[in-house]
Amino acid sequence: MSFNSEESLWLSGNEAIALGAWEAGVQVASGYPGTPSTEILENLSTYDGVYTEWAPNEKVGLEVALGASFAGVRALATMKHVGLNVAADPLFTASYTGGRGGLVVLTADDPEMHSSQNEQDNRNYAFAAKLPMLEPSDPAEARDMLVRAFELSEQYDTPVLFRITTRIAHVKGVVQKGARAELASPSIEKIPGKFVMLPGPARVRRGEVEKRMIAMRAHAETLEINTIEEGDTRRGFITSGVPYNYVKEAFPDAAVLKLGMVWPLPAGKIADFAARVEELIIVEELDPFLETHIKAMGISCRGKELIPAQGELNSFIVRKAIDPGSIGEIFAPLDLPMRPPNMCAGCPHRGLFYCLSKMKDVFVSGDIGCYTLGFLPPLSAMDTCVCMGASVTVAHGMAKALGKEGEGRLVAVLGDSTFMHSGITGLVNSVYNDSYTTVIILDNRITAMTGHQHNPASGCTIKGEPANAIDFEQLCRAVGVKRITVVNPHDIDETRRVLKEEVAIPETTVVISRAPCVLLPSEIKRKKPLYYTNTDNCTGCRACVNLGCPAISWTPLTPEEAVEKGYREKQQGFAMITEVQCNGCGQCACVCKFDAITLKEEE
Amino acid sequence: MKQSGNILFSGVGGQGILLASELTAYAQLAAGFDVKKSEVHGMAQRGGSVVAHLRYGEKIYSPLIEPGKADIQVAFEELEAARYLPYLHKNSAVVVNTQKILPPAVATGKTSYPTNILDELRNRDIRVVALDAFAVARDIGELRTANVVMVGAMSHFLAVSPQIFLEVIDQRVKQQFREVNKKAFAAGRDLVNA
Repeated sequence: MSFNSEESLWLSGNEAIALGAWEAGVQVASGYPGTPSTEILENLSTYDGVYTEWAPNEKVGLEVALGASFAGVRALATMKHVGLNVAADPLFTASYTGGRGGLVVLTADDPEMHSSQNEQDNRNYAFAAKLPMLEPSDPAEARDMLVRAFELSEQYDTPVLFRITTRIAHVKGVVQKGARAELASPSIEKIPGKFVMLPGPARVRRGEVEKRMIAMRAHAETLEINTIEEGDTRRGFITSGVPYNYVKEAFPDAAVLKLGMVWPLPAGKIADFAARVEELIIVEELDPFLETHIKAMGISCRGKELIPAQGELNSFIVRKAIDPGSIGEIFAPLDLPMRPPNMCAGCPHRGLFYCLSKMKDVFVSGDIGCYTLGFLPPLSAMDTCVCMGASVTVAHGMAKALGKEGEGRLVAVLGDSTFMHSGITGLVNSVYNDSYTTVIILDNRITAMTGHQHNPASGCTIKGEPANAIDFEQLCRAVGVKRITVVNPHDIDETRRVLKEEVAIPETTVVISRAPCVLLPSEIKRKKPLYYTNTDNCTGCRACVNLGCPAISWTPLTPEEAVEKGYREKQQGFAMITEVQCNGCGQCACVCKFDAITLKEEE
Repeated sequence: MKQSGNILFSGVGGQGILLASELTAYAQLAAGFDVKKSEVHGMAQRGGSVVAHLRYGEKIYSPLIEPGKADIQVAFEELEAARYLPYLHKNSAVVVNTQKILPPAVATGKTSYPTNILDELRNRDIRVVALDAFAVARDIGELRTANVVMVGAMSHFLAVSPQIFLEVIDQRVKQQFREVNKKAFAAGRDLVNA
């Protein structure tokens, strides 16, 4: 695709989807941040003439979008793949109600788990919820197809699932822009037979769902996004989404049936294509979704017996799987020290996890966010991570199983945004069912891991404008928590004291560990205290090194070098602050017992 | 002019890979190519190893470079130059900033930073251009242009004319930083030509 700057833009898939949503005339969009979906709403919020918001979770986001659709306008809900699990409740019934304005539910899947806890294949939701699903193969198609998705949604009175993966969301390509569609006028219309899903009307709508899917299956046969690309018929491919690109790279001359709509499937078109090729191969990422349904049509093909069902694909994997002889020699990787992600220098979470790492008897039920990195060495202070909000409830479940044995040993750790997302109901349960667990809310004033999105407690809207802020202390008190303590996690001694005390109390207690994320613009601008290392005083005890701060490094010494530097012979090294990286949190100065780390002013 | 190619950008989260790869992409677009670029956000940005794939040609399908198919690698850190060896081939060109950022296991003294790591590349007939982009940027008077110094050095291996890169800097960089970035580009390019 050529780039002439009049009509073309260079956009990521997420930016292209925001553009497509705006052009399609979306008037309300809601969602919860989650990699790789986050930038869609972020970008859409910069357009005029569309209301956007961050919802506290995906179920709320989808219901808000459904409401807008009921009011007659086009609406979009965005989420990462696991977010659709949270939103599955409204999704399955929205399939029955349909809407008035077009409704698109976008799921951003993450094959390879670049930034996720599982790699579920959300095409299965289309089958299970009896909904159409579109799947683009690159940013340009993402924009085009999103507009198409709204048309189909209104034509067939159905929510449309729109599936992208990381390699759409965070891939940049050339995208053509278009004009904005005419906007629908919102109105209130009472259609109880369609909007009130009590058993009676629901049974009627259930029939409508079947009729709709039969009609869409017929339409799929001629739908312009399901295309046959003529080519060598000795080996033909059926594929969709990003894997289409890998097929085109690996087997550029082969005949290809590319499915832009992955549910419902065009059985006639597939059968025709299958009959024209000598060998049929299905190339898809993750589950054998197409393969299973194509085989169920009685069509012989191969798929997952060749193509891996786990992880992300690429053209190399596809070529190697199908034509192993064509692969040349590849350099073997070198054995190098790993570079996993780490909490930033000055991260408030580090202080809290350092304290937890010293409480060896305590089991830390963890959650999803930057702070999940507290699992990594040297802190190694997180013992579970399952899904959003599970920290609170898993700890409670363990407490009920352990009884007396677990008293004083169970804490749950979750962030401010995660607490808003799905921690509150867990806390209510803990209070109601008389738990003795301690819930630690890591309140860094932002949804940090996904790149600083506002949330109901941060005091700003998605556009950065002032908003009502939820008060955690009041909220916890309102649900019945009696002991709520706020600590500054940079003050290690005080934090340790509070944790020890609260964990020992045999009732539900809440500790709010509050200090802003160091990457917040206000924090970056703030003049920070300067800490420096007085290496003469360093005894090599490694207390500061064990914080795992990227601004602290360890220089090993041989016995001769140690003596030469004036240390004891058996001192194995010394620690140093890299001053340009230091964000001045002072945690290392708290843990140093030998005055080797001090404030610059104290020099 | 070479009709297609693959450029891998590697480094540590927060080093400015994004701007470097964006400028390169816009230059290839201006030269008339189709371009796709792939990045990973989220977990990978917290000081972890990061990589961006940039592919250009008449028509690009896959956003990912295949192992053994990266013609050029722009590495912002030594270890991150060596980490992606399986993507390189004989005669690949690797432009590497000689900065060393210690990974956690090294910083905490569990292991040491590998020595002579770039020789591992040279021994495999990979052309290595090692430069201290920070020193060059410091001489120019703006430390933050180190990533554009790297783009300048890399541009030596591309058929796209340096003029196109300078025009892209004019179009894409805020006015107050344009001149210093153009200087950084030229200085990087001169380093390789010299």
